[in-house]
Amino acid sequence: MALILSSVHLVTGLPLAIDWSLFFAELVNGLTLGSIYALIALGYTMVYGILKLLNFAHGDVYMVGAFIGFFVLQWLGGPLTPAVTGWLAVSIMFAVAMVGCGFLGVGIERFAYRPLRNAPRIAPLISALGVSIFLQNSALLLWGPEFRDYDTFDLIGIKTYNIGANFFISNVQILTIAASIGLMLLLALLVSRTRAGKAMRATSFDREAAEMMGISVDRVVSFTFFVGSALAAAGGVMFGIVFGQIFSLMGFFAGLKGFTAAVVGGIGSIPGAMLGGLLIGLTESFATGYLPGGATYANLYVFALLIAMFLIRPSGLLGSPAIQKV
Amino acid sequence: MSEQLGDTGIPAGVPAVPGGVDHPRVGVDEWVASHEGRREAQKGVTGALYRAWDRIPAWGHLVILLGPFAIFPFVANEGNLFRYGLITILYALLAMGLNVVVGFAGLLDLGYVAFFGFGAYLYGIMASGHSGHHLQAEIAIPIATVVTALVGLLLGLTSWRLLGDYLAIVTLFFLQAFVIFVNNANGGPSDFSYPFVGKVDITGGANGLDQIDPFNLFGYHISTTKQYYFFTLISLAAVMILLYFVNESRTGRAWRALREDPLAAEVMSVPVNRLKLLAFMFGAAIAGYTGTIYGAVQSGAFPGDYDVGLLITIYAIVILGGLGSIGGVVIGALVVNGAPELLRSSENARFLFYGVLLLALFVALRPWYRPVIVLLGTIAFGFVVHAIVGAAWSRGTAGHIDGGGKVGRALEHWVLLPTHVNRIAGWAYFALICAALVLTLIHGWWRTLALIPTLYLVAFVWENELVQQVSGATRLILLGALLVVIMNVRPAGIFGTSRVEIV
Repeated sequence: MALILSSVHLVTGLPLAIDWSLFFAELVNGLTLGSIYALIALGYTMVYGILKLLNFAHGDVYMVGAFIGFFVLQWLGGPLTPAVTGWLAVSIMFAVAMVGCGFLGVGIERFAYRPLRNAPRIAPLISALGVSIFLQNSALLLWGPEFRDYDTFDLIGIKTYNIGANFFISNVQILTIAASIGLMLLLALLVSRTRAGKAMRATSFDREAAEMMGISVDRVVSFTFFVGSALAAAGGVMFGIVFGQIFSLMGFFAGLKGFTAAVVGGIGSIPGAMLGGLLIGLTESFATGYLPGGATYANLYVFALLIAMFLIRPSGLLGSPAIQKV
Repeated sequence: MSEQLGDTGIPAGVPAVPGGVDHPRVGVDEWVASHEGRREAQKGVTGALYRAWDRIPAWGHLVILLGPFAIFPFVANEGNLFRYGLITILYALLAMGLNVVVGFAGLLDLGYVAFFGFGAYLYGIMASGHSGHHLQAEIAIPIATVVTALVGLLLGLTSWRLLGDYLAIVTLFFLQAFVIFVNNANGGPSDFSYPFVGKVDITGGANGLDQIDPFNLFGYHISTTKQYYFFTLISLAAVMILLYFVNESRTGRAWRALREDPLAAEVMSVPVNRLKLLAFMFGAAIAGYTGTIYGAVQSGAFPGDYDVGLLITIYAIVILGGLGSIGGVVIGALVVNGAPELLRSSENARFLFYGVLLLALFVALRPWYRPVIVLLGTIAFGFVVHAIVGAAWSRGTAGHIDGGGKVGRALEHWVLLPTHVNRIAGWAYFALICAALVLTLIHGWWRTLALIPTLYLVAFVWENELVQQVSGATRLILLGALLVVIMNVRPAGIFGTSRVEIV
């Protein structure tokens, strides 16, 4: 055993003894990141479930959400002298960003995807790519390439708790994980218990049949885009609060990883997106901490996970195999 | 055929389509049958051009498209212009490969640029002062091309059990993985330590792989821009001829079947997966080959060259030229690559911008008096707004256009140029997007009238915001918007033939 460990150590540079405190830190960090990815993945998976469309612009919606949160914070007087108490300010940031991005998502669908619903498959994909580039570079033009700082440290006061044996967790990390789990539970209720959710499930199952049953597919699709984009915006604001810094190109990788999470969990499956998101977050975090060249190449390890998933189980962890109906 | 079809080219008894002549009419057999004939019967100058173009045999197309490029070096002496010609041909060559993947086979490959980079880096590893190897180009180029094709094969394999959409995201991620790798694989402290060999400098990291050898083909040295120009031009002609025959062959027909309906093709016993991989490899090989030339021309391979910006540029070339149209790609490259070159100075950019705007106005609005009304209305509207704002809020007209020449000075009396413009311009940009979207929802005279303030807003945003970053963000914003608009208005691309849908 010792021989195996030391040879693994020689080849990969993995540490010989496990530092459990670091392990726990990476675990919490991974869960925090993962819950943000899960929120992004939900938007992908819902839209894909209904329209069979990859919404490339989703990552950029997430970026816009983070910026809306930032500007709301500025408008409220900034993190040092907020007009309202810290937690109320955070709630307002979440609410405005989610509603704003919800309408952005609805607009994108209305103008870039809806006219192409019966076009060849490749047309909406290229249109989506165009929207993504448009949003990204508009942000670059208007807000510049520099990092913006949320300064949440001053706003709500970050506290770090030692929960025994040098296992540390901060209040914003708890907030992020709890809030995303709460949002996901709300979404699960929305999809399974409400009329709108029923219409979404019906549309996702068979769009034409749903239309014949009197469901307004256009309205369902708009609603889906609203909910998905709002969740992405919540993820963006959370990222700003936990990691402090946002920038206009942040949406690109976040979108890729959100999509990876959706695929790993099984595209079209809502619990799958949550599971996939957490898995991607943990992979990234542990790769950074433990794997060779991890700090630089964490994204490569996530990519490797995606490829492995495609080769081993292409339908994803919780997805059902894609069967094409004629 | 055109006599029977009459003026509009639509057989009698088929109801007219509101808003255009070229929409596919689902389920109308006559419409399908007369599809080719309608293109023949198009009216006016465009119709005549189409007919003339179709009468020319395929080799004639090649001569017409590439002939000007062959003459160009003997006419132009200026160094910059020359280099621009070379880059245009390189982009056309690169876009040919993408045209195989996206245009012929209908696969969305968003990592295409990575294969281009692969070619450049592989050639650089085999022949450069950086790596210390100096392989002959006639050995190094085929190796780089074949290895790139194999990488394409491996990447394509991951998605062959899946729906086509997955390929898009896998390849996009692959491009990012490639960029991260070449940015860091310099054997530095943050790099991998490989088993058995330890840290190795492979790509030179963020500084790039420099000192790449110029081509040394069978003892002939290619070193000047002019020599590379002709080398690339001959390669382009060869690839175009190759693609023409491939497209006419059994494989080409199978690709088209795959693009139009993969399921139906599979039912007809077309080996779908194998053809997908073949198209993918074909594209990767062409990209890798172009990459070797690009590496030699630049005498270096730099990670920043192979980013999403280039991807969008190449996509715009293929889509503008028409998906699947070989000749269209050359025209697309000329247009898309010509624009940024002209956009280098803000004065040229201004001419180009307003010129294209005017042209679009006169092409899109019929009959002739509508664009005239809009144009005059916009000019009058501008002077009125300028006068009112100038009287009420002096800061609103206090700005100046830097280095705008005569046009710039004339514009200063027309468009609002507030000082400290950043926040206002941001809101104006937002308003412009909303206005453009609203325009798509209204019709008739309302749209014509709404165009007047929108156009003024366009000029305002251009002068105050967009003109600041013409070669950076603005270019990509315009290309992104172009992709969306073309997909919505004419999914087949400007020079492509529109497809027929039968349900």
